[in-house]
Amino acid sequence: MTELLQQLLNGLSLGAIYALIALGYTMVYGVLRFINFAHSDVFMVGAYLGFYLAPRVGSGTILGGMLVLSGAMAGCAVLGVLIEKLAYRPLRNRSTLTVLITAIGVSLLLQNLGQKIFGANPKPFPAIFPVTQLHFGGLTVSSNQIIVLLVTLVLLGTLHWVVNHTRMGTAMRALSFNATAASLVGINNDRVISFTFALGSALAGAGGILYAMNYPSIDPLMGTLPGLKAFVAAVLGGIGNLPGAALGGMLIGLVETMVSGTRASTFRDAIAFAILILILLFRPAGLLGRLRVEKV
Amino acid sequence: MSALLQLNQVTIRFGGLTAVSEVSGTVGQGELVGLIGPNGAGKTTVFNLVTGVYQPTSGTISFAGESLGRLRPFEITRRGIARTFQNIRLFPSLSVFDNVRVAFHLHLKHDAVHAVTRGPKFFGEETTLRERTRELLSIFNLERVQDEPARSLPYGDQRRLEIVRALATGPRLLLLDEPAAGMNPAEKVDLMRLIQFIQGKFKLAILLVEHDMKVVMGVCQRIHVLEYGRKIAEGTPAEIRSNPAVIGAYLGKDS
Amino acid sequence: MLPRSQIWLLAVLGAAAVMSAVSGRLNPYWLDVAMGVGINIILAVSLNLINGFTGQFSLGHAGFMAVGAYTSAMVTTVLGSRLGLSPVLLRWGLFPVSLVAGGLLAGLAGLAVGAPSLRLKGDYLAIVTLGFGEIIKVILQNLNAVGGARGLSGIPSYTNLFWTFTVAAVTVYVVWGLLNSTYGRGFLAVADDEVAAEAMGLNTTRYKINAFVVGSFFAGAAGGLYAHLKGYISPTGFDFNKSIEIVVMVILGGMGRHLGVIVAAILLTVVQEPLRKLGDWRMILYALLLIGLMLTRPQGLFVWPLKRRNA
Repeated sequence: MTELLQQLLNGLSLGAIYALIALGYTMVYGVLRFINFAHSDVFMVGAYLGFYLAPRVGSGTILGGMLVLSGAMAGCAVLGVLIEKLAYRPLRNRSTLTVLITAIGVSLLLQNLGQKIFGANPKPFPAIFPVTQLHFGGLTVSSNQIIVLLVTLVLLGTLHWVVNHTRMGTAMRALSFNATAASLVGINNDRVISFTFALGSALAGAGGILYAMNYPSIDPLMGTLPGLKAFVAAVLGGIGNLPGAALGGMLIGLVETMVSGTRASTFRDAIAFAILILILLFRPAGLLGRLRVEKV
Repeated sequence: MSALLQLNQVTIRFGGLTAVSEVSGTVGQGELVGLIGPNGAGKTTVFNLVTGVYQPTSGTISFAGESLGRLRPFEITRRGIARTFQNIRLFPSLSVFDNVRVAFHLHLKHDAVHAVTRGPKFFGEETTLRERTRELLSIFNLERVQDEPARSLPYGDQRRLEIVRALATGPRLLLLDEPAAGMNPAEKVDLMRLIQFIQGKFKLAILLVEHDMKVVMGVCQRIHVLEYGRKIAEGTPAEIRSNPAVIGAYLGKDS
Repeated sequence: MLPRSQIWLLAVLGAAAVMSAVSGRLNPYWLDVAMGVGINIILAVSLNLINGFTGQFSLGHAGFMAVGAYTSAMVTTVLGSRLGLSPVLLRWGLFPVSLVAGGLLAGLAGLAVGAPSLRLKGDYLAIVTLGFGEIIKVILQNLNAVGGARGLSGIPSYTNLFWTFTVAAVTVYVVWGLLNSTYGRGFLAVADDEVAAEAMGLNTTRYKINAFVVGSFFAGAAGGLYAHLKGYISPTGFDFNKSIEIVVMVILGGMGRHLGVIVAAILLTVVQEPLRKLGDWRMILYALLLIGLMLTRPQGLFVWPLKRRNA
């Protein structure tokens, strides 16, 4: 029983991180209908921003940790907006394939620039929050796991508020519903898209920090695998659907942790893809998504 | 004689929206039938149901005595139903010639393996298909542009090419989805002649969705009228013209 | 009298045989580059069938290559030592059989990936194929029979100019032949408009699966050649970056163009060695090339305004 609870907890804190990344995929898909391949590398940049910020703001305290986290989120938001402006905006109204290839290019660029700038070798990630182990009966909870869950909850709450209760959020929903109609009623689509990238990238940046805290070394290619799994989470929840992405992330995290505990643990990285193929076969719209009927 | 195409109480719902509701009707062998109705009445949806793009929520559709339920669009085309699209769907990067040649595909005996081994039979069949393509194009006076990519054709030619491509599949029933859309009055007159010519020359039945009353009344032998997904009338052009329900649907109930 | 395309095929095979016979006198560096060129032509042309002509988007070509490489290497190393064949028979008999075996298994993998994912469009398919590549890698890393993460070494070096260019020529011939037929125009129709293709009686699923299976078959054969050229293979050698390298060749050459893609494959292979001196800058250059190309010339670098003939 304790073992199961422990696994559940580990799974949730991993899933929370996938959820944060998945939200970025799903939001961008919502407004632009394409998969932002470079998203997982923004996540990586977030971790590195944390790495370089930590010694400068004197982390290791709650306040310091918060500063590092916000700094990384802000940096990633700027990066996300820049990527959209420079690489994707000139391609508006071009084929999905063209944008997809560009996104792959941006992803490769970030990874390899990362290797050039940050160095290809893994770096130990500093403890940006105070670290302790708490024991509840047989259950071991690290303070990092609690921070991951708390931060994720706060961010999800904020996102929910932004999307549902602000003008910008309303504009985002309008745009993802019908881009042409949105611009007809006076919504500045480009601004909304920039905002969406900022929001999604900030979440990815937070995800990067939280991920690095629990896997103490970081490297420029670290984004690929969590990125792919988060994408699977977005599809599992129904791409374009925000609660779906959060739910999908949690589920993927749980499944992965459960599998890690069994003899098939070496296959844990393949599990997400198996799930992806199964959803696409049996429920292509995802758990919470609705299928779009193609107009003929 | 039994009908070529028969719809029996066909209904389709998308989520909460009932796009087509309990529609029944027939198209006879070699008959030219019109399907009219105000915008959003479900005319194109009927086409998509007949061609297998959508599956009906309830009701049955049969063609030449065989049920079309659960067949995929290409299988339905192979049984003898061809169509055009409301907003032209040619193969834009293929040449005019290849657009038509591809549609001859279902009369091919050769397949991938023969395309690679390239024996004498393969070349024989290819030559025959080429000749038939050229023949068909010349009937519609499109052979002069046969090497152009389809996307570069003027609008009217694209509409005609789409009809020619559908004919190449060798249908017994041809579904035309608003062929007169975007045409000027002179072009519309040409189109009416063309439709009647096709019906006679290729000995096939035609189901025509059209907004332009002149065209529909001018060529159709029988007309079905849809409103809000339901069939409200059926009859000869003369009967439809004087049907109060139809007049109401088009001009508003009060008039 | 053979059709012209088959005469061309035989001519290339003859040339490959002659070149192979005198290859001992060639500069070993250029010999290596030449075989690399051949293998990359196979990879690029086979991927072009899927990504270019049929309009799908696979990011897992290296995965199919891996399946072929491992299969073919297992056939020659395990069977080779047990059958007690002479060296000549090994190189000229067992090796081509191993290439076909590698191709068949890769084709089977193509079927396994293609069949469930073909209802997906563009970017979804890209992710699924990418995921498939990762799954293959994970499986290989966990299979001790093929060396696991350490890789497989001691593969005999049977690959020579003749075999490389024979397979390359056959690949080009098959893809060209497929497309230049009424049947094959269906691939292009599927790429142009799937709904319309289906309405014209084309079984679009079948077309896409065929493209996947044929494409993966040749990727597998290329993998076999690669394994017997390098003598050593490991799961990480067939990762996402390898797939991207092939995708870049196809995009650079112009998706759905025969000649452009071959030219791009040759060019990128030849410049690869000098570029290796740039280290990490090489991939940065690749990335910038991709982005720049999409922004300015998405139709590819080597595309000339040729009118498509009705061949």
